[in-house]
Amino acid sequence: MWSRNNVVTALAALAAALVGVAIALIFFWIPDDADQGISQKIFYFHVPIALTAYACFGWGALKAFLHLWRRPSGADLESYVAIHQGVIFGILTLVTGSIWARASWGVWWAWSSTQLVLFLVLFLFYSAYFMLRFSVEPGPARANLCAVYALFGVVLIPISFLAIRLANDFIHPTVFTSEGPQMEGSMFFAFCVAWAAMLALAAALYHVELAGKRLDTTLRELRERLA
Amino acid sequence: MNGYARDVAVLARKDVLLELRARDALPALLLFVVAALVVFHFALPADAAELAAKGMLWVAILFTALLGLGRAFLAERQQSMLDGLLLAPCDRSAIWLAKTAATVVFLGAAELVALPAFALFFSALDWQTVAAVLLANVGICAVGTLVAAMALASRARELLLPLLFLPLAIPVLVGGVGASVADDPGRYLGFLALYDCVFAIISWASFEYVVTE
Repeated sequence: MWSRNNVVTALAALAAALVGVAIALIFFWIPDDADQGISQKIFYFHVPIALTAYACFGWGALKAFLHLWRRPSGADLESYVAIHQGVIFGILTLVTGSIWARASWGVWWAWSSTQLVLFLVLFLFYSAYFMLRFSVEPGPARANLCAVYALFGVVLIPISFLAIRLANDFIHPTVFTSEGPQMEGSMFFAFCVAWAAMLALAAALYHVELAGKRLDTTLRELRERLA
Repeated sequence: MNGYARDVAVLARKDVLLELRARDALPALLLFVVAALVVFHFALPADAAELAAKGMLWVAILFTALLGLGRAFLAERQQSMLDGLLLAPCDRSAIWLAKTAATVVFLGAAELVALPAFALFFSALDWQTVAAVLLANVGICAVGTLVAAMALASRARELLLPLLFLPLAIPVLVGGVGASVADDPGRYLGFLALYDCVFAIISWASFEYVVTE
């Protein structure tokens, strides 16, 4: 139990340090964007948050796959917690993306922005995941249903991306192309630090929520034993 | 015919026969899709483009499919037939394949009425719309049958199915509308085919986990 708590503490400290460093780098070290000025700084939050959300969904699907394949105990809970964190980061992506769209294109919502629309679709999809999860009795059947749905999610991400690309014209700035990132070295470094910070934050939150949920289960089992 | 194909054929025949004898869903689907097209006529302003009507056709197809999928597992639920099917000595994925095939038949029958009605009420149909509808049917029914089986296990069945299904159906809608209105429908039809393959494979592989513990 102690070692698990230590992991959470260490991750939280790492996340706090990295977020602090990232903020300092973004606001005091790298130059303002020539085109967009200060508003472009949100890029260093928006994109790492979006990538972290993908990582969470991917991790959730991996745990779901493991659950269906090997059935280790706890994989279902881990998959659920990862997707829960993914949805939180997904909502943050929608919010930061919306603010950025307002600052640079003058509108709060742009259907032509592939990433924003994709996150809206994913938000709807994973909200339905929660509806499914909380309308089925807990047990192995529910774990299976949720795992299959989570696997559908990672397949839906690239398919939806392709669909929205097909449906749209492209006014969203493309920073990462096949020739590598189109950024200055210092900007790329700050971006990587911000990304690491978001990943550490997500990992810390994931472990905190997981610890809470496990404590919940233990408590319920104890209560049942006493009753 | 080998064992697996025979299982699928028998199971699909059972669903079609049940529907032909009871006539539970099909008349409702036909009526619904025509009623939806009439509603859309009044929803579109007089000078709305022909393109808007084509989008409405796809909405009508999607919601008709949703209506049909909601009833796809009705017999299984009411008479706990699913337990019987699971006990039958056949692969579980055969149940999914048969149910998907039966749903494709019902949706196709509804479209047999809907497409001429659309041509009559709105505008003439071109070959790419028909091809897109045929491709979309496969994807809609493959994914829809799986999520209908999921919704069956939950307390909020009818409520849950659209929530589970619509986000998954958005790519189908994009591909279908794109193929109907674009000048080069090729890549949209290709996209629909890709969607069909990908989702049919993962639905086929994961159905067993949805119906068993």
